[in-house]
Amino acid sequence: MAAGGFRFPRIDFSPELKALQQEVRAFLASERASGGFKPVADGWAFGVDLEFSRKLGKRGWLGMTWPKQYGGHERSSMERYVVTEELLAAGAPVSAHWVADRQSGPMLLKNGTEQQKLDILPRIAAGECYFAIGMSEPDSGSDLASLRTTATKVEGGWKINGRKIWSSGAHFCHYMIATVRTGGTRDEKNRHEGLSQFLIDLKGPGIQIRGIRNMAGDEHFNETVFDDAFVAEDCLLGKEGEGWHQVTSELGLERSGPERFLSSAITLTEAVRRMGENPDAREAEALGKNVARLKAMRRMSLGVSALLQEGESPVVEAALVKDLGTKFESTLLNDVRQLMPTEALGQSTDDYARTLAEGLLRVPSSTIRGGTNEVLRGIVARQLGLR
Amino acid sequence: MNSEDNLIVDAAVRIFQDMVVPSLINEAEAGVWPSALWETLEENGLTLAWGSDALGGAGIAMGDGFALLKEAGRHSVPVPLAETMLAAWLLGNAGIEFPMGPMTIAPTQINTKIKVGADGALTGTARYVPFARRTEHVAVLANSDAGKVIALVRTADCAIRENQSIAGEPADEVSFDGVKPTKSVRAPEGFDEQALFAMGAAIRSVQIAGGLQKILDQSVQYSVERSQFGRPIAKFQAIQHGLAQLAGEAAAAGAAADAAAEAMAATNGLGMIARAEVAAAKTRTGEAATIGTAIAHQTHGAMGFTYEHSLHHATRRLWAWRDEFGNESYWAIELGRMVAAEGADMLWPFVTGKE
Repeated sequence: MAAGGFRFPRIDFSPELKALQQEVRAFLASERASGGFKPVADGWAFGVDLEFSRKLGKRGWLGMTWPKQYGGHERSSMERYVVTEELLAAGAPVSAHWVADRQSGPMLLKNGTEQQKLDILPRIAAGECYFAIGMSEPDSGSDLASLRTTATKVEGGWKINGRKIWSSGAHFCHYMIATVRTGGTRDEKNRHEGLSQFLIDLKGPGIQIRGIRNMAGDEHFNETVFDDAFVAEDCLLGKEGEGWHQVTSELGLERSGPERFLSSAITLTEAVRRMGENPDAREAEALGKNVARLKAMRRMSLGVSALLQEGESPVVEAALVKDLGTKFESTLLNDVRQLMPTEALGQSTDDYARTLAEGLLRVPSSTIRGGTNEVLRGIVARQLGLR
Repeated sequence: MNSEDNLIVDAAVRIFQDMVVPSLINEAEAGVWPSALWETLEENGLTLAWGSDALGGAGIAMGDGFALLKEAGRHSVPVPLAETMLAAWLLGNAGIEFPMGPMTIAPTQINTKIKVGADGALTGTARYVPFARRTEHVAVLANSDAGKVIALVRTADCAIRENQSIAGEPADEVSFDGVKPTKSVRAPEGFDEQALFAMGAAIRSVQIAGGLQKILDQSVQYSVERSQFGRPIAKFQAIQHGLAQLAGEAAAAGAAADAAAEAMAATNGLGMIARAEVAAAKTRTGEAATIGTAIAHQTHGAMGFTYEHSLHHATRRLWAWRDEFGNESYWAIELGRMVAAEGADMLWPFVTGKE
């Protein structure tokens, strides 16, 4: 017996993929050198730079896998992987468009109306249209199916009431895909069955967005309050009552990417810049350990992509990579911190000190967002036959 | 891996499953040589997997040899299969024909130097030579005035002081003083102790990956069968989370070891790119062995601490292997220096692999 039967197939990079990798690297090097961006810790979650997002859109690096008729570029999921991992490794400020490109666009492609696809997807691909996630609520974190926000059928559409929380970037995002209750109650045994997903224009009526400042000082996430917020009939995404199934597949996209182990990679790069070419044994050891971890993480992450490309749904493998990867993001910062400690923020003269401080203050979110490590271990344990 | 290669590994797995039972492993530790097991492996051409046909080997691709050794690691195979394959690889680098029978290699520690004098006789002592007393030949990497030499030595000609590793396997001290090799050939240009050491580390990495899979399997099974407080301990979240983490460590070790095995196979075990992959693999698998064995023992409770339970067959080997041919710290420093020498902007390209 091989417990779990986890698979991480190997992927070989074709010459085309390698060429794309070099193209993205050259772009990032030149952007960084010319001040087009300053590397950020956790840049996919906290680095908002609308101008940079638009530049990526112009390059054809957003909506990469979508059909051309919707502004996409009909490239493979591996090509998208290559572009995203390069952006992450460089600490590029890609947060504005990240959710739209990663999960909301694909979600619309699958469940949106033709009109929605023609209207919204090209704008996402251009780096001009941003999405917030509408899953968690004040009383529903890991236990997502316990959510309370409701949509009630009214003449010509639906009225939404309730609150969504941790909606990153809702204050500048154009839309939210919200998972809400259209039937049943949170206390019922079959509570998963009454859920549905809606496309919500955040500029619409009855919506209030309140910022929630995080411990790092970022004005990043929000509480979004719906008070009889009206949405039209066609804003129901997919089928009424299919929301649980849909949100689970959305979470699959959310959990499976390289952002789950690369959030602090830029700090390791900047640590090497400080160490120089001849590190002492302590420095070399800490560096070597983290590079070894990083290499293994990446190979596993590529394995998840290979499974996705084979048309499988590697929920468990993704959970395993995210559990390990997010722990790694934290360990890395603590390892380099002991070699080259944090500095007073005003004196953080170089990118190492700045991304270390940013990273340490933001990293508690790594092991929570998109599913806590406890939830992920539960998924792995089920696969092992323990529950 | 094509279907034919899978057959080789499948055949090995069947042999391991049939023959390498806990009692055989215990007897081997008590000093009984498992001759039937060795003969079966030899008859199936597995012991000389890495020898080319021309030199009397089985000519199995290096990558498949690593897959075979991962399985050997998983089954705690108590014979010098890995060491014989490593010896065949070392001898093959000098075009020396392979003898049958178990072999081992020397030196296995980075600071040990065996010398070969003008008269062709060796001097020097190697510690921690795995299975030495059970072998018929030792493949030796020695130093002459003219450079590195690869030599085939009859074990019976050497003085052996028996010792054992923490896995309970022979780890003998071998003195080569005055021994004349049966064959000795100049090593290829650039071949040195570092190259031998890296190949050894790659082998131990895949063995560790196999061993971790074993203790994951054992721990899952035990947690389902063992009841406390009226239910299987598998139902406790604390146990579930521990085993999920063990699964993660096993998977990470597998990924790291496979990367090293592939890089070694692509370069016949030589070259700097392969060396970096091996450094990363030995570092990461060693770390996984430490974390994974702790979880496995905690899950098994006092039962796993008994000699009677077979958990220690894998866990003690994991502890020995993580230290052999350079431990996590040794290889992390090597790897860190390689990365730093390339500079900060080459760190990420280093991670993704240089083309």
